[in-house]
Amino acid sequence: MAMKYAFWPGCVSKGAAPELYIATNRVARELGIELVELDQATCTGAGVIQEQNPELGDALNARTFAMAQQLGLPLMNICSTCQGIESMVQDKLAKNPEYLAKVNEILAEEGLHYEPGLEVKNFLWILVEDFGLDNLKKAVKRPLTGARIGPFYGCYILRPSQLLGKEEHPDRDHYLEMVIEAVGATAVDYEGAKKCCGFPILTINRENSLKQAGNHVHEAQDLGADALVSPCPLCHLNLDAQQPAAKSVTHFDIELPIIHLPQMIGLALGIDPKEMRMDHHVVSTKKLLDKLAQPVPA
Amino acid sequence: MKVKLKVKRTDPEKGITGYSQYTLDMHDSATLLDALISAREYEDGSLALRCSCRSAICGSCAMRVDKRARLACRAKVIAITGGDEEHEILVEPMGNMPVIKDLVIDQESFWTKIRQVDPYLQPAGPVPEGEYRVPNEAMLDLTHTMNCIMCGGCVSDCTVLEVDKNFIAPAALAKAYRFAGDPRDGHTVERLQKLSEYGGIWDCTRCNMCVEVCPKGVAPMNRILQLREMAIEAGITNNTGARHTAIFTKSIVDGGRLNEVWMVPGSVGMFNLPRIMTELPGALKMLRAGKLPLAQVIPPGAPGSHKMKGMDRVRNVVRKSAMLKPKKAEVTD
Repeated sequence: MAMKYAFWPGCVSKGAAPELYIATNRVARELGIELVELDQATCTGAGVIQEQNPELGDALNARTFAMAQQLGLPLMNICSTCQGIESMVQDKLAKNPEYLAKVNEILAEEGLHYEPGLEVKNFLWILVEDFGLDNLKKAVKRPLTGARIGPFYGCYILRPSQLLGKEEHPDRDHYLEMVIEAVGATAVDYEGAKKCCGFPILTINRENSLKQAGNHVHEAQDLGADALVSPCPLCHLNLDAQQPAAKSVTHFDIELPIIHLPQMIGLALGIDPKEMRMDHHVVSTKKLLDKLAQPVPA
Repeated sequence: MKVKLKVKRTDPEKGITGYSQYTLDMHDSATLLDALISAREYEDGSLALRCSCRSAICGSCAMRVDKRARLACRAKVIAITGGDEEHEILVEPMGNMPVIKDLVIDQESFWTKIRQVDPYLQPAGPVPEGEYRVPNEAMLDLTHTMNCIMCGGCVSDCTVLEVDKNFIAPAALAKAYRFAGDPRDGHTVERLQKLSEYGGIWDCTRCNMCVEVCPKGVAPMNRILQLREMAIEAGITNNTGARHTAIFTKSIVDGGRLNEVWMVPGSVGMFNLPRIMTELPGALKMLRAGKLPLAQVIPPGAPGSHKMKGMDRVRNVVRKSAMLKPKKAEVTD
């Protein structure tokens, strides 16, 4: 099964969450997924550039799509926000052929052209739809039995659902739970799983942002979670890097490891946590790793 | 078909909260509202709910169905359960508003916030002799917001309102766009100034929840984004939200990818030392964990700032993208 993708790593895996970049490449290699990194693709705009200049956002994303098409490959991202913005731009360009023609005029200057129809998928979708959960189960070397893991999706991989392939893939808003179970862990059912981590307003309304993060972490921890797993590094930053600050704002006694989706897969594949930089989190992942180091409960 | 309901019950007088379960025999075409009315008529007369038109026009029967705000009259049971008669539908009152009884909530805060945005046209200049004439295209963009039936679904599920009751929330902001975006309105700048304050347009996290739950396609968050664009265009940029957008955009235009280090000082203001200091302990923790991107210490735009490969081509796209801007429709007379 040859699997090959154009890979857009996003800003955060190249910035404040380098462990995500490292873990993604390591896990892809282990799963036999070939990644061709688009090292000249820009930020999707994350919905922020779009507040001031949606047209610039459209042009930059179309440029990234065209780069993937030039390679003849589907596009993989590792960020819920990237997925949402990319899906939104794809929809807009597909519905407005005249506008798309103008965008393509700009892209033509560097020999690029975007034709609607490119497959753009987050690593989570690729795991379930392309790699397959049965294959994933077969690849598991160290089932995460006994670990209770809460899913944290990130808004843009869920909503608005009509732009995110819900009709063709009705289970996309259950994939995280499915993957958690496929690697042998128990998925924790809690309300915060599909809510907002608060990251987009961290600089604008710090208190609200940290309350959102703190509430979700507290709820999951209260229900016995050993960790949260997310396909979105922005959520990771607010839930992990800001967790001590969220603790002081909410006064909840929280200390919950927040792991990236590829790290969770890597653990189940038997990859050394250090190789995935699991010691580079603000909230220590040690408790989770210690639990997994115990003999598998019968 | 068999319909199973689990309805959250609240009796404020007796101080009791709990759940009632009903199993009903309904026609395959039944809506959730049909089932609830049947439960009230034949099972339990004390069950309180609001409803009126039964055709998604009045907005009375909004409630949470399996954890999401919906109009009960617009939700076919079979579509909720997928035909699984054992699926017990969880019915709860809307969130973010106080419960009066069972599924009936107090909408006072909802209406107060709608009134806060002066939800009426405030034309400038002399009143024309005939009607105001505006191009069709200018009004087409407002049709989304005109569809709002004030059901409160977006307010119920707003994730910011959950942590901050002061947030004006999606419904009022969509209503604000209805008038700020109207070419006949003469108070647009004043409106945008007020909306740019604390609790207004910049406090939305853009989580898309309101877009997802709105039964009428108002897509309130998209209207909030339009208001942000209008506010920046009107020069209302001396606030954290607008500065956040500016530094974000600048960092992409300068280096291709986000400069995370400069987002805080760039947003809160370079000289806002007390606010910048609140981030220091967090920054130190990130530094210790190896998560502070040291390559980004030079601010975007300054000599030596971090840049992705091939930035000259990105800059060309930035320049040329200006030609993609749609032309604004204007009042003709």
